[in-house]
Amino acid sequence: MRRAPSFRDRLARRLPQLVLSPSLVVVFIGVYLFIAWTGWVSVSSSRMLPRYDFVGLEQYGRLWATPRWQTAVTNLFIFTALFLAVTIALGLLIAILLDQRIRAEGFLRTIYLYPMALSFIVTGTAWKWVMNPTLGVQKVMNDLGWDSFVFDWITRPEFAIYCIVIAAVWQSTGFAMAIFLAGLRGIDNSIIKAAQIEGAGLPRIYWSIIVPMLRPALLSVVVLLSYISIKSFDLVLALTNAGPGSATEMPSTFMFSATFRRNQMGVGAASAIMMLMAVAAIFVPYLYSELREDRHGR
Amino acid sequence: MAAERSSASARRARLVGRAFIYGTLVLLALLYLMPLWVMVVTSLKSLDEVYAGSFIGLPRALTLEAWEKAWATACIGTECGGLRPYFVNSILMTVPAVVISTAIGAMNGYILTKWRFRGANLIFGLMLFACFLPFQAVILPMAQVLGRLGLAGTIAGLVFVHSVYGITFTTLFFRNYFVTIPDELTKAAQIDGAGFFRIFFAIMLPAALPIVVVSSIWQFTQIWNDFLFGVSFTSGASSPVTVALNNIVNVTMGRKQYNVDMAAAMIAAVPTLVVYVVAGRYFVRGLTAGAVKG
Repeated sequence: MRRAPSFRDRLARRLPQLVLSPSLVVVFIGVYLFIAWTGWVSVSSSRMLPRYDFVGLEQYGRLWATPRWQTAVTNLFIFTALFLAVTIALGLLIAILLDQRIRAEGFLRTIYLYPMALSFIVTGTAWKWVMNPTLGVQKVMNDLGWDSFVFDWITRPEFAIYCIVIAAVWQSTGFAMAIFLAGLRGIDNSIIKAAQIEGAGLPRIYWSIIVPMLRPALLSVVVLLSYISIKSFDLVLALTNAGPGSATEMPSTFMFSATFRRNQMGVGAASAIMMLMAVAAIFVPYLYSELREDRHGR
Repeated sequence: MAAERSSASARRARLVGRAFIYGTLVLLALLYLMPLWVMVVTSLKSLDEVYAGSFIGLPRALTLEAWEKAWATACIGTECGGLRPYFVNSILMTVPAVVISTAIGAMNGYILTKWRFRGANLIFGLMLFACFLPFQAVILPMAQVLGRLGLAGTIAGLVFVHSVYGITFTTLFFRNYFVTIPDELTKAAQIDGAGFFRIFFAIMLPAALPIVVVSSIWQFTQIWNDFLFGVSFTSGASSPVTVALNNIVNVTMGRKQYNVDMAAAMIAAVPTLVVYVVAGRYFVRGLTAGAVKG
């Protein structure tokens, strides 16, 4: 005869879910509900304080008509393209060179990676000083006898964005390197040996055999660097403070100043939703394919 | 004869190749070290020497003046107490948030792998996406909620925020780690009569020490280095060190004290740099965990 499960038994069976549920609730509220909340503000007429009426897509229209936002979007594209291209090229180069049975490999790796441990504010502060036109690198070059050397990009609106690219590349190369290196270590050495016996030189082997095999690592790097670039905020503030003027405005800095400084909460919320959509456009397909592979792959 | 010559030229080609590899690596290493070098030497110079135009060279007269000033007397807004109180704020914010988020993440990872139930994968997917949330999409509501909870502008508020958004990452770390521990282990313990918590504390947690380190280091670095939450949810005396650093650097009055700026940047950077140097291996594991699926 079966006895009805006691309260204790039922509790014991539900215990895992019970323990998990507070985090679920918190994450659900803090992430998904808050996104919806921001979405709601973005279709309201909120300015200094949130107001929960409905004005349709008015704030989005206002957002896209704002020259500052247009600058921010253009900058994001320039920044992302350059940042990804240079970081990936440098990271891949360093990873390949490090994979050639180098002495002191661990030591060198530590050097390339340490910027990742720093705050973007520290990075921005350091590079602002390095790129200081009167006392920084330019002065060093002038003192060395190269009198015509000029490096004042940080003060020039049309070039300042490239300063942010340089600092961001410096900070993130080690990350790309680490992932590429992990990918390279996963490749069977006999492939290289076999190609060498066929008479192919090392550069050729890498370019036409090894690099194509790194595609999964490359995909991860592209996705994660794009994410860094969309949300990059601290670096811009510390390095150029979105200036000179608004020359280096980015979506993240725009969102912040619209919401907290210029009393345009609705426009700020609309810009936050645009950023979220950009991230989702990159991540939803990526995560979906990763998880699907998981299910079929093993 | 011909074979000898070709082996000699092959050796020379190899040598040139090695020289190229080492040369490039060392040159790049120097380039990557340069900003840190400049920060350190500038922070050890007097302001006059900085303005005299020595940028990259060693200080002629070593002085800790700039460090003392950055730590204890530099002005941030109208307060002239240096970085020290903000440094303390950052510790008070980071330590609890790291402990809380790592502890909860460990529990979650354990449940999601060893007590699978329907919908566990969906839950995991939702958590995973949340790892890559651009925080701009949630700071507005969070500011409202912190205000309602009476946590606006407090360190406790920052601990809360960092714990909430840290859980997603720590859950991912522990889930991916516990997946590799065979289920038989927990099944056997269950047959022996061990309960939910007993299995966690006696079996899973001791096995998870490496990932506890990875998760703690990752969280420590992320939270210590955070700026967005700090600048959005606090002001004045309750700010973390990153926000204070940015304020010091952006002072516009008077002659810019670059040596103090650099000392302040170093002070803000030292904790995470030390962790990186001491436990770099674990740091890299955390870094690549997001990219390499478990």
